[in-house]
Amino acid sequence: MATANIEVSETPLVLYALRRADDALILGHRLSEWCGHAPMLEEDMALSNIALDLIGQARELYSYAAKVEGKDNDEDKLAYLRDVRQYRNLLLVEQPNGDFAQTLVRQFLYSAFADLYWRAMTASRDATLAAIAAKSEKESAYHLRHASEWLIRLGDGTDESHARAQAAIDHLWAFTGEMFAVDDGERALIHAGIAIDPGTLRGRWLQTVSGVIGEATLVLPQNDWMQQGGRSGRHSEHLGHLLSELQSMQRTFPGLTW
Amino acid sequence: MVTVLDDASALRQRAWDAAASVVDPEIPVLSIADLGVLREVAVDGDHVEVAITPTYSGCPAMNMIALEIELALERAGFHQPKVRTVLSPAWTTDWMSEEGRQKLRAYGIAPPQASSSRRALFGAQAVACPQCGSEDTELLSEFGSTSCKALWRCKSCREPFDYFKCH
Repeated sequence: MATANIEVSETPLVLYALRRADDALILGHRLSEWCGHAPMLEEDMALSNIALDLIGQARELYSYAAKVEGKDNDEDKLAYLRDVRQYRNLLLVEQPNGDFAQTLVRQFLYSAFADLYWRAMTASRDATLAAIAAKSEKESAYHLRHASEWLIRLGDGTDESHARAQAAIDHLWAFTGEMFAVDDGERALIHAGIAIDPGTLRGRWLQTVSGVIGEATLVLPQNDWMQQGGRSGRHSEHLGHLLSELQSMQRTFPGLTW
Repeated sequence: MVTVLDDASALRQRAWDAAASVVDPEIPVLSIADLGVLREVAVDGDHVEVAITPTYSGCPAMNMIALEIELALERAGFHQPKVRTVLSPAWTTDWMSEEGRQKLRAYGIAPPQASSSRRALFGAQAVACPQCGSEDTELLSEFGSTSCKALWRCKSCREPFDYFKCH
């Protein structure tokens, strides 16, 4: 028997926390898919550790979204009992792992943003978001370094690793624009000092990204057409499959606890 | 009045000592006080509330630590102790006591260095081997057996070792 989806009253602040929580959960889940499959033991541990950080961030953000909403929801319900159209994550983070290069490039593009984003968010007027940011920015600095080192190793490695890394960048590039987009609800939060304007991070993000890509002897794609939709629940076909695995226990055995 | 105050502070000390006796399940030589995870112990009558702060957002040891604190306080005679988690200010390895650093080294884990170096994207760090003290060491992986550790190897004595990451 399947459980019904919960309803969420998406006020601007609830939605804001939910979007970041969904980013962290979905990317964390993607990385956890490597557990036991990574090309070497150290990477298996590294990707699982990063997944753990991200899922930890997601838990804090979901708990906060539930608290702000003030209804019957909690972190577990928000994660397990919303369907694909209710998820608000970036399209970038739900993209499949592909090969190791694609996983690392996805992680690199996101971490280069998350590192700047969380550092800026430590100045949020919202005490909880600022506290979550202060923890997350420390973690994202490690995530960025890990992904950057790998990108250089792959790009400046063999012909095969170089070609795969370049293909991953070319493939994922169109999903990066969504990180910098804002809607009216977020604009109000930015105005109130609760959120930061991600557009102001774009220059520094591009600087980091192009610096590492250059050092990796790879090239930045020239196309600037960007795909969006995740923030409003219009996802690629991949998210539904991911959720069917992530949510299967709660959907099959509603209310199950350890 | 003096006696009452002394009683209150003795009671708080007893609660603090009980909570501080809890060790990190992954690094059993370090108490949560050594780690800086134990932030606050407040006693009001026979009610006690303990504040702890997570090291890493997703650290799975936190639930176990909270449970261990409750058990330790109950054993010390406090009824229905409460443990709450505070996020701010964010935990940093700078809070780790000198005693804690020495215990770590003796246990075979290189203690964290000053957190100021953490921001460099590709900074070279010199981490001394906890076994032989040599600084001729190399990083094997930024991520080790737990969230808080990285994997290193000593090029002098050839021993691999854990390094407690600065945070």
